[in-house]
Amino acid sequence: MYVAVKGGETAIANAHRLLADRRRGDRSLPAVSSEQVIEQLALAVDRVMAEASLYDRDLAALAFRQARGDMIEAIFLLRAYRTTLPRFGVSSPIDTGAMLIERRVSATYKDLPGGQLLGPTFDYTHRLLDPTLLEDGPVEEGAERTETPEAVMRVSEILAQEGLIEGDGTLGEDEGGGDLTREPMEFPMSRDLRLQALARGDEGFLLALGYSTQRGYGRTHPFTGEIRIGEVEIEIDAPELGYAVSLGEIRVTECQMVNQFKGSAKVPPQFTRGYGLVFGQSERKAMSMSLVDRALRAREFGEDIVAPAQDEEFVLSHCDNVQATGFVEHLKLPHYVDFQAELGLVRRMRAEFEAARTASESSDRKEAAE
Amino acid sequence: MSDLAAYNFAYLDEQTKRMIRRAILKAIAIPGYQVPFASREMPMPYGWGTGGVQVTAAIIGPADVLKVIDQGADDTTNAVSIRAFFAKVANVAVTTHTDEATIIQTRHRIPEKVLKEGQVLVYQVPIPEPLRYLEPRETETRTMHALSEYGLMHVKLYEDIAINGHIATTYAYPVKVAGRYVMDPSPIPKFDNPKMHMSEALQLFGAGREKRIYAVPPFTEVVSLDFEDHPFEVQTFDKPCALCGAENVYLDEVILDDRGGRMFVCSDTDHCEERRACGCVGELGVKEAAE
Repeated sequence: MYVAVKGGETAIANAHRLLADRRRGDRSLPAVSSEQVIEQLALAVDRVMAEASLYDRDLAALAFRQARGDMIEAIFLLRAYRTTLPRFGVSSPIDTGAMLIERRVSATYKDLPGGQLLGPTFDYTHRLLDPTLLEDGPVEEGAERTETPEAVMRVSEILAQEGLIEGDGTLGEDEGGGDLTREPMEFPMSRDLRLQALARGDEGFLLALGYSTQRGYGRTHPFTGEIRIGEVEIEIDAPELGYAVSLGEIRVTECQMVNQFKGSAKVPPQFTRGYGLVFGQSERKAMSMSLVDRALRAREFGEDIVAPAQDEEFVLSHCDNVQATGFVEHLKLPHYVDFQAELGLVRRMRAEFEAARTASESSDRKEAAE
Repeated sequence: MSDLAAYNFAYLDEQTKRMIRRAILKAIAIPGYQVPFASREMPMPYGWGTGGVQVTAAIIGPADVLKVIDQGADDTTNAVSIRAFFAKVANVAVTTHTDEATIIQTRHRIPEKVLKEGQVLVYQVPIPEPLRYLEPRETETRTMHALSEYGLMHVKLYEDIAINGHIATTYAYPVKVAGRYVMDPSPIPKFDNPKMHMSEALQLFGAGREKRIYAVPPFTEVVSLDFEDHPFEVQTFDKPCALCGAENVYLDEVILDDRGGRMFVCSDTDHCEERRACGCVGELGVKEAAE
């Protein structure tokens, strides 16, 4: 005798209990602390903050631990918290030109004001596993600059001096400051919203799309004008005070891609730009973002839209990994009502097929007999 | 950290609820029209009912009685999870009885019992755009709706008949609402489509990931698309429910063994339980008193 599947509640509670058990793992080992995650797995924390659009290392580390190291799950946890936070106001645009730089490289100039500064990079390491990490041996302090750091001019400003690159442009009264987490998305989308979507977008997805533009699917002839990583100040206008107040500093990665020129009968040719800005240290994401940003400007520049990376609806509707993972994984929810409907139809169609075949066979036999 | 745990009644903050209520009012004013809304990130995954949960969170009050079903059943894991969510964040009464509920959130079914005036049925919607599989671009489909340009849908249904001899859509079967907008009824089996027509209850549809809300107000005409020579028809089952003997209800097929044994039982568990409590017994059922 069939008994309807009951006890969903107990099953869920037990599953979550087992999850907590597995999360903790072997009890004879010390639990990982958020401080350890922040200090020693900093790039994971940065990615969670970037794609959750919430700059808070403690919460990102908590989410990362709670998610057992599953990045998208951690991003999801942090976003579901972010969404409940009230908005106090909008900060002034950050000035990356005033950034306290820890890393700054340009692929377009051999040397330039401010110099090339490698910073803490994996570049030029040989990817050989390092067994010395297995023992917690002493680690040398990093070398530090002796001179006081100064603001370093951006490569886009160097090119702009000769008018060789398109300017930053100006925003109209009601432009900019859009927020797709507060307003529904509508296509075509303005560039500020596009950039917001990309900044929150999945690193892997944007990497693949950026890569595709390099392989001919929407080619943009990019040069890395500049990548800079460092701390910038966040300020907010306080109307009662009449001036901007500092809220603190955040670390960001900025990438400015210099792309092939555009000109017209009225405007002499100029390089165009793709822009990437990401919370924390994530060069891969910032570079991918700037490639995809440039590709998505195809309409603006009157270029043919022939490749996925140029297709605004395609890119922006699918770059959010929390949305994507939810919808893909919802396929494991029960669908038996709909499946039953399909079963019924397939059975009926098969029965009709069989009936038609039998009928035609018997009429064939009849004809042969005649 | 402990102050993180403070959430507003029904999870969403009041500004967000107001924004969602505005979208709902607009949706009711234009039956079948998909109203864009600033869908929030919810603490459950996209595709698992975030749209329905937001609609419910925006309309629920302390006096409401909530029922949540998935595949017609109250005890499916995701229904259990959503019901527990509202019991926790809104502290409302919950029920499995269709007639006791003021709000019923559903995935993939409409209850068998006819809904009454004052009840609200909240559908969880994965893809709100009925034209999406025919035209992937939102910019295009919005224009098509604006112009009532639904020829493509009829061509699709016609091609089904030409190829298969039947309209091969068995669920999420498109309907026309109040003679104007073609609407996706969410993936309910087409068996349930007629229940939407002139329903006394308010029907609200929430698509969280796709950021759309739409509605069918009470007493609104809802017509399933068809052709004169191929009229719309619903699924029929050869046998009544094996547990309660109900006829003209939607049944789930349950595999009994590995030798092809199977039985058909009510998909609406509340309906089935209520019938059995009244003494109705199906072929494989047992009398309640005997248990």
